[in-house]
Amino acid sequence: MAFVQNFPFISILLSLFAGPISSVLDGKWAKRLNLFVITVIGAMSAAVLAFVIGTGQEYIFTMGHFPAPWGNEIRVGILEAAMAVFFCVIMFLCVIGGVLEREAEIEETKQNLYYIMVNLLLCSLLALIYTNDLFTAYVFVEINTISACGLIMIRQTGRTFEAATRYMIMSLLGSGLLLLGICFLYSLTGHLLMSNIKEQAAVLQASGQYHIPLLVAICLMSVGIAIKSALYPFHTWLPDAYGYSTLSSAAILSSLVSKGYIFLLVKIFYRVIGFDIIRESKVINILFVFGVAGMIMGSVNAIRENDINRMIAYSSVAQIGYIYMGFGLGTTAGMIASIYHIVSHAATKSLLFVAASGITDASGKSRDFFDLTGAGYRNKLAGAAFTVGSLSMVGFPMFSGFISKLLFAQAAMGNKHKVMITMIALAISVILNAVYFMKTVIRIYTPEKREVIMDKGFEEINAWEQPAKSTALICFIALNLFLGLLSEPVIGLIQHGLEMFD
Amino acid sequence: MSRKIPEKEYEKTVSFRLKQWLDGTKDPFVDTVEMKPQEEFLEDDNTVIKRNKERRQRLERVYDLANNWEVSGFQKLYKVFCAVFCLFLVAMLLIAVSYLPSYGHAENPVNNEVAGRYIEKGLQETGAVNIVTGMILDYRAFDTLGESHVLFIATCTVLILLRKDKKKDENGKDIEVSDRIYEPKNDLILQTAARVLVPPIIIFGVYVILGGHLGPGGGFSGGAIIGAGLILYLNAFGFQKTERFFTGKTYKILSVCALGCYCLAKSYSFYTGANHIESMIPLGTPGAILSSGLILILNICVGIVVAGTMYTFYVMFRKGGY
Repeated sequence: MAFVQNFPFISILLSLFAGPISSVLDGKWAKRLNLFVITVIGAMSAAVLAFVIGTGQEYIFTMGHFPAPWGNEIRVGILEAAMAVFFCVIMFLCVIGGVLEREAEIEETKQNLYYIMVNLLLCSLLALIYTNDLFTAYVFVEINTISACGLIMIRQTGRTFEAATRYMIMSLLGSGLLLLGICFLYSLTGHLLMSNIKEQAAVLQASGQYHIPLLVAICLMSVGIAIKSALYPFHTWLPDAYGYSTLSSAAILSSLVSKGYIFLLVKIFYRVIGFDIIRESKVINILFVFGVAGMIMGSVNAIRENDINRMIAYSSVAQIGYIYMGFGLGTTAGMIASIYHIVSHAATKSLLFVAASGITDASGKSRDFFDLTGAGYRNKLAGAAFTVGSLSMVGFPMFSGFISKLLFAQAAMGNKHKVMITMIALAISVILNAVYFMKTVIRIYTPEKREVIMDKGFEEINAWEQPAKSTALICFIALNLFLGLLSEPVIGLIQHGLEMFD
Repeated sequence: MSRKIPEKEYEKTVSFRLKQWLDGTKDPFVDTVEMKPQEEFLEDDNTVIKRNKERRQRLERVYDLANNWEVSGFQKLYKVFCAVFCLFLVAMLLIAVSYLPSYGHAENPVNNEVAGRYIEKGLQETGAVNIVTGMILDYRAFDTLGESHVLFIATCTVLILLRKDKKKDENGKDIEVSDRIYEPKNDLILQTAARVLVPPIIIFGVYVILGGHLGPGGGFSGGAIIGAGLILYLNAFGFQKTERFFTGKTYKILSVCALGCYCLAKSYSFYTGANHIESMIPLGTPGAILSSGLILILNICVGIVVAGTMYTFYVMFRKGGY
């Protein structure tokens, strides 16, 4: 076994152990450790990705001395390694992008607790990506949930406490349903290992035995994860949780936490149940309906919002709707489009949050829509970044959002029952997206009278004053352009990865 | 033969005090025990009305209830939605459960080669007499590693929420003083009971942890027992006594050492396992206290983390710092 193959396991344990270590360090050193760990894990994951692409084959890593159905194991393929690299990049940029806000909004003595949460969150994301065991996935879903709660409420205001409580209740409901689903599956198949469950599920499906419990198990797991990732009717926790938490938390939550769960759902569809059974079970039709509803309603809510952070948060509801709509198409092309959208949305949404904070900084920290007038001139880099993010969300060519919308449209052609609804929903959603994002872009580039600026005491912010945030913004813009202009290799990776899933 | 002693000397003897107590002429607890009853939490009606009014106003401002038809409509239908949702969920699960394989049947899918190997070869492969311990700490140790970090991160979240880093609260009161208002002070009965009970409780906890691989028990249950013992000791003797040996710093160091030890031990066994290197750790004779490889160490680590977590939760909810 090549030494590179140990890297996924080392990266999980490294981030896991960095959590307790941070608890004895002070805030400054905890931050350095955290950035170091993310960088190292990113580099290791890149090496793993190169290795897996080189061999063209996934491999199994046994966690301990006992082989799979008895012990734990992790499985590494192209898609897993690529997701790990991508999540590390996004997390690094989110952490450095929000450093100023974090230091201002969190108590000095509680800084290190923040990095415990970030480290363990990264660990749980990696474990969710790599694990080949359904119960291990559940354990790390717990860590993910609790650390996300901590990330929300570490900025201690009334709204974040309320948001964290709401998030916890909804998220625990989701975990509970997921656990029930896993229990059902276990009692039907007698296994917790993904590949073995899949074999048994195929046998059950062929013999028609236990048809109803299998269906219920699929429903419970899908609904559980849908609640945790804020699919439309379960999205009520989302705007407050993203809108009021500190900047890097909002960026991490919107771009990584919900995506980790969705990636788990992809694994459940492909590796646990088998996509054919999922397609026959019609569960995806329900996801499709809610996804389409989310695409429209999320945008409608965003249009009515006057607080810029909450507006961006509501836009997440719409984007999550896109992803579930892609699942609902029930084709491989739809799945590829959804996974591409996971990547594209993660890159764009964190960009938007960081850029929005730059814009509000230039407007005296006010998040009210009308105070933002002309903010694009007062903070040029953030204005440009916000424009890039908005254009990407709307689906302007050159940016990542365009490619994902194109992929969705192409995938819709493969399903002749749903093509009309998908196309109409895409069209309406793009227009609604354009309404609120372009409205904001026009607002921040409408010159404000000099007296008003003097009167309200708005300051101009130079990109050099905040090197960390500027670096993050530039990297995010570059990432977005990369995903938009050079999408072929990324789509190729996703396609190969999905093929390896079977 | 009896002898006469002066009355002064007689008053000092045990028999005189016993007689006094029997006669009821003197209560031995007077002057030695603080007889102050616990203060009740009292709030006059005006503050309650004011608080409720403020809460209502805040809700109205935050959610704009006057104009927000979605929230106000939802609040009216809330109970109906709840009932419908719960009934639906209950009905669906009941129907699904009735189709599941019947409980305890030998032909069930769960009775397959996985459980078979745990039962038949568990002792031989893990060295643990208690198969459950062998399963959670050896076969499926990765899950348990995650689980112990769940406890750790739960404590950290409680620290974020409840730890008061300033020594004074917002009314300018010292937190130690305001903690003492609602808690019993030097209660003799509690202290005597605690003096008798705490050592056996903690020793029993240690026994449960150390015997985890030999019989029922293990780190999670033993740690919970030790944590309960510490909480009892704290309630009886107060923070000044417990802080001589257990502070926030102790918790941090203990949990880092325990989790670090767990991580390192398991990294070694994962690494050797995956790379097909023979593990250097002997399994020992099943049944002996020093047997079953790493399981004993892991149990101790888990026990420390669980005990610290329980105690820290209690301290945080009571005072917000230590």
